[in-house]
Amino acid sequence: MDPKGTQLTITEGDRPSSTLPYSQPVLQAKALVKTYGKVVGLDGVDLELYQGEVLAVIGDNGAGKSTLIKCLTGAEIPDTGELWLNGRRVQFKRPQDAKHYGIETVYQGLAVSPALDIASNLYLGREIREQGFAGTVLRIMDTRLMRANAKQELDRLGISTLQDVTVAIENLSGGQRQAVAVARAAAFGSKVVILDEPTAALGVRESGQVLDLIRRLRDEGIPVILVSHNMPQVFEVADRIHIQRLGKRAAVITPQSHSMTEAVAIMTGASTE
Amino acid sequence: MSAQPSPTSPASGAPPRKGSVDLATEFLDRSSPLGRIRNLLHRYPALSPGIVLVAAVIIFGVISPRFFFVSNLSLITQQVAVVGTLAIAQTLIILTAGIDLSVGAIMVLASLVMAQTASANHVPAPLALVIGLIVGLLAGAVNGALVTRLKLPPFIVTLGTLNVFLAVSLLYSNGASVIGQQIPDLITSTGNTFSVDGVGITYGVVIMLVLYIVMAFVMTKTAWGRHVYAVGDDKESARLAGISVNRVLLSVYIAAGAILAIGAWIQIGRADAASPNAGTDLNLDSITAVVIGGTSLFGGRGTIWGSLLGALIVGVFRNGLALAGLDVLYQTLAVGILIIVAVSLDQWIRKARS
Ligand SMILES: Nc1ncnc2c1ncn2[C@@H]1O[C@H](COP(=O)(O)OP(=O)(O)OP(=O)(O)O)[C@@H](O)[C@H]1O
Ligand SMILES: [Mg+2]
Repeated sequence: MDPKGTQLTITEGDRPSSTLPYSQPVLQAKALVKTYGKVVGLDGVDLELYQGEVLAVIGDNGAGKSTLIKCLTGAEIPDTGELWLNGRRVQFKRPQDAKHYGIETVYQGLAVSPALDIASNLYLGREIREQGFAGTVLRIMDTRLMRANAKQELDRLGISTLQDVTVAIENLSGGQRQAVAVARAAAFGSKVVILDEPTAALGVRESGQVLDLIRRLRDEGIPVILVSHNMPQVFEVADRIHIQRLGKRAAVITPQSHSMTEAVAIMTGASTE
Repeated sequence: MSAQPSPTSPASGAPPRKGSVDLATEFLDRSSPLGRIRNLLHRYPALSPGIVLVAAVIIFGVISPRFFFVSNLSLITQQVAVVGTLAIAQTLIILTAGIDLSVGAIMVLASLVMAQTASANHVPAPLALVIGLIVGLLAGAVNGALVTRLKLPPFIVTLGTLNVFLAVSLLYSNGASVIGQQIPDLITSTGNTFSVDGVGITYGVVIMLVLYIVMAFVMTKTAWGRHVYAVGDDKESARLAGISVNRVLLSVYIAAGAILAIGAWIQIGRADAASPNAGTDLNLDSITAVVIGGTSLFGGRGTIWGSLLGALIVGVFRNGLALAGLDVLYQTLAVGILIIVAVSLDQWIRKARS
């Protein structure tokens, strides 16, 4: 049932120092191509995500960041290219395939269901059923357990303003919705957590708290891919930075090797290294 | 890989993360009384039709003493049984942000198949019912397949299949009704009554109520029900959350077909006949019941019970206005106004969130 133990192995406690690439990537993309009619979203993109790191993905609008994230997580199927998870070739045809392997994603635009409440959103697509006859035959959901777990999970993540998990998402502020989406990914992402502009609707303090959460995930051994337009944030939290430009990977840098200005220069094509 | 991910508990075993992500405060508009009412109606979509029904019953009871006669009350329930059943199927589809114009046609087709196979082809009555049920399932599957495979809008699909199913019904029956005497008792038994405190209740009404109980349970207590809401609420979000949207949609249309076949059985008992012309008003009446019952045409919002209230409201209005001695055209007028009021109310409630 649980793909963690059987399909994949990660040697715990053998994490690399944060800046040095690990021998084998947790998640690797090779030469991903994705076209929409004549528009080329991805033009042969490679990506490596190593154990214990935060990999930022930056790039101008339309550079293909979200398309890359979607192709990594089964939300889009790349035309060509390969995905590798811990040294095994994988193919994600649907988002649930990636979730099955413990890859959780906050998509740009959040992808939450507004009319459903917080707990229902956290457990959407993986509802827990009651024990025994009620669950197996009548297929009744254990709503109480899901609510209790949701509450516990929000507390554990330190998201304290979402007190009532029975409130519908549409009654929340933009920032709170973002918190729900991030919480869902953080709660269920057992291998990789991917965040596409998770701080877009957040204030300075709230963004800082999401960055804390990202660091905590990394420290718990879950590597994170973070897409962001916010350069100071990226340079604060990232171990490595993947720069996406015109559907291609222009460069991979680190906050130590390059300055923000240099990164922006690569992003905009003013410089290549 | 299984479609339904196995129930997983959130990354259990990991130590609690410290610190606090204290995000923006709730912005629910609780300030004005009107805003509070709006939030209440928003949270309980069956509230407004419930109030309307109670008010209508009181008003018509005051206007005409005959309204509360047991014979009249049992008449209202019988008049509501078929539309009420079709409204369940319609609710499922409208919750997915679709609409089904073919409910009446599917019901007619299934009722003719039940009656004809039992009478002309001498198929045993229980088997005839099962064949009718299968026809309903298949008809629903046709709608569902067209919606999910060809990606056509449900309105267009069911407008087409409405005509197809009606034409097939007419061809199959040669345009003739099957009268009650020719149909085995089991199939017409849904029109038989038993008495509760003097109020005659038909078995058809009981079947309808059982269907409401079952479907209300399914929609609120099972993951499938929740997925139907999620798909109607926001298809792309549901897909990204890992729900097989097409599978949910297809299953909704098939379930609707099954419910419509049961509606066909109730209809045969009510009319004591199976007629190819029975379904014409039922399409729009079922939509009316659902909309008045507080389910949003935009999908994702509404309740099964609301549709029963909606069907009862229409039944009570028609009956009450007739008892008050008003012409049929005033019933039609009243139903029209009810629809517009209900949809305006829905819009106003939804605006609370924009
Ligand atoms: N569903 C789609 N249909 C057609 N074209 C698309 C689709 N999705 C993305 N594209 C195109 O692919 C390119 C990359 O888009 P993408 O959303 O990945 O950019 P991005 O880097 O995430 O931009 P932003 O910073 O604005 O989020 C753009 O040219 C866009 O127009
Ligand atoms: Mg993007």
